[in-house]
Amino acid sequence: MIITRIIFCAVPVLRLDQLPHRQASTISAIDWERLDVREARRLQELGFVEGVAIEALHRGPFKDPIACRVGTMTIALRRALAAAISVEPIAA
Amino acid sequence: MNPQPLIAVVGNPNAGKSALFNALTGARQKVGNYPGVTVERKTGRMSFDDGRPAELVDLPGTYSLNPASPDEAVTRQVLMGQREGERKPGALLIVVDATNLNNHLRFALQLIGLGLPTVIALNMIDMAERDGIVIDQARLSAELGVPVVATVAVRKRGLDDLRAALDRAVAGGGRPLAAVLPNPEDFGEVQRRATAIAHAVAQQPASAKLTNGFDRIALHPVAGPILLAVLMFVMFQAVFSWSKVPVDALASLQAKMAALAVADLPPSFLRSLLVEGVINGVGSVVAFLPQILVLFLFILVLEASGYMVRAAFLMDRMMAGVGLSGRAFIPLLSSFACAIPGIMATRSIDDERDRLTTILIAPLMTCSARLPVYAVIIGAFIPVRDLLPGVGLQGLVLFCLYVFGVAGAMLAAAVIKRTVAKGASGGFLIEMPRYQMPIWRDVAIGLWQRSLIFLKRAGTIILAVTAVLWLLTSYPQVPAGSSLKQSEYSIAGRIASVIEPVVRPIGFNHSITLALIPAMAAREVAVSALQTTYSIDAGDDENKGEQQLVGRLRTAWSLPTALAFLAWFVFAPQCLSTIAVIRRETNGWRWPLFTLGYLFALAWGAAGITFWTATALGL
Repeated sequence: MIITRIIFCAVPVLRLDQLPHRQASTISAIDWERLDVREARRLQELGFVEGVAIEALHRGPFKDPIACRVGTMTIALRRALAAAISVEPIAA
Repeated sequence: MNPQPLIAVVGNPNAGKSALFNALTGARQKVGNYPGVTVERKTGRMSFDDGRPAELVDLPGTYSLNPASPDEAVTRQVLMGQREGERKPGALLIVVDATNLNNHLRFALQLIGLGLPTVIALNMIDMAERDGIVIDQARLSAELGVPVVATVAVRKRGLDDLRAALDRAVAGGGRPLAAVLPNPEDFGEVQRRATAIAHAVAQQPASAKLTNGFDRIALHPVAGPILLAVLMFVMFQAVFSWSKVPVDALASLQAKMAALAVADLPPSFLRSLLVEGVINGVGSVVAFLPQILVLFLFILVLEASGYMVRAAFLMDRMMAGVGLSGRAFIPLLSSFACAIPGIMATRSIDDERDRLTTILIAPLMTCSARLPVYAVIIGAFIPVRDLLPGVGLQGLVLFCLYVFGVAGAMLAAAVIKRTVAKGASGGFLIEMPRYQMPIWRDVAIGLWQRSLIFLKRAGTIILAVTAVLWLLTSYPQVPAGSSLKQSEYSIAGRIASVIEPVVRPIGFNHSITLALIPAMAAREVAVSALQTTYSIDAGDDENKGEQQLVGRLRTAWSLPTALAFLAWFVFAPQCLSTIAVIRRETNGWRWPLFTLGYLFALAWGAAGITFWTATALGL
């Protein structure tokens, strides 16, 4: 399902670590296979699920970690983890 | 067949589901396992107002009905009536966290989609109120098509209303209308509905805007670290300057009590124990209390205001360099005042390996007890000279000692994370709460609790250690007429003679070795121990005693020895209270013994390298 999305989606798909600040987007896919069970649980707990609205807000010194708004919460996560999350910018 | 209605309690983890289940059923619970899987089956009984019973089953906390894990598979099977040995529930009680509606409504909508009579418990409503979130309950109920009851499970708020709503549900009411149901299998659609409903019924507080504005500065890649550095600077200034008056007052109180005891009691074993063991021992701990209170005050306020997570965010990249995460920053920072509160603060690190590593390296942060030792040695051996205008040699040496401590800690962390605490890093994934005004009552309670813990932990152990060390240095007593000094003749003196061959290669003589033994109680005791071994009677004026000590040390020690002594104190675990706290926090003797071992080895190596290099350079 992830593959079909990447191939057939009209809008460009980015990884969360590549998302420019303040670009309103939605989570299009999360590569759960890449994550260990605990990380995956924690991500779900914090509201990272396909279809949720997401927006990158801040980056730490040296571009890591990334703070982003997921739903109504602000979550900080490392770039390596963000790379497992694909996002679709919402065309303005 | 079974007349009791079965109600399934479902919801996301952390929604307070189990607390609500406990509040409804009390002690009337049965815990077992679903056959064939390691999924807990917890059932309990509740009664409606008129006494009719109902059975409740607490299903595992899950995020969705996708059968990805055994928990979710069981939840799904039970709700569909497909699980062997479990009746199909007659009604659903969905527990959602009022502070996190957007996230929890997604699963709630999927569950409502099953078409069973349903009641929603809008739990933790008090937390939402505290955060300033206003929820339109009537609207939420209308949007979802099922009754909504606000509850606070931990305070048993809203339980009567909840029982009444459940009563109506099992009687067949509250069945959701087919028209409002999303297709539970279409995840994107469910999420969009959840977001739309959450937006419509919950009003986010104005502080959200403020938070965004402030974070633009606090988390800015350049301005953020500068702000953090300024805050830390102010904190340390406060730790030392605000506490000066009470510290001095406590010291004079301690001296008065000792004088009183000496004046009123005849000389005896008990008097010596009381004055030198108890009063001085407890005094040396209590003397740190004002500093620790100020430190705790800052930490509690920074925590309560929401800034602490930002500090962790800013420091994460650096900490990641040695395999730790930003969460280790605060405990390590606290350790600059004292390792004990620092080690206690590691409880906020959820990854076990990260936490252990942080505990093991915390004693390497230059705590305030090292300062008196550094001050005396630097004063005696480092000339007062300006290298650059405003940059004195003495200050530079002191700064270097701090840097060596931090560098040693980073090195140790990197090694520990690759060896004894091996494993993937816990990473850094954390919610950044909104900024808020600290609730001063909570801060006061926190301050009170933490200082009590500090006094209890440090107080009991330091009391015991001081008393034992006093015994070791006072007995056996030198026979009258002997030319031997008491300190040499005592058990401690004899122990020092045993240890001396080990530390002789790194430039330590017998007097230094002897001073190291009582300094196991607390590092600053080394100063008074040196005064004792060099037979200096400090008398009333402690400063005069210290000045005399500086003079004696200059003639008794070579410069390489003095530098080696400084290097030793950067690393050596000369604080048994810290070791005792490590034992408590790691539940056993393994890690405190490891800490003692590796820190003494490190101290020996560092002092040795310093001594040999300085000697080779002809200093």
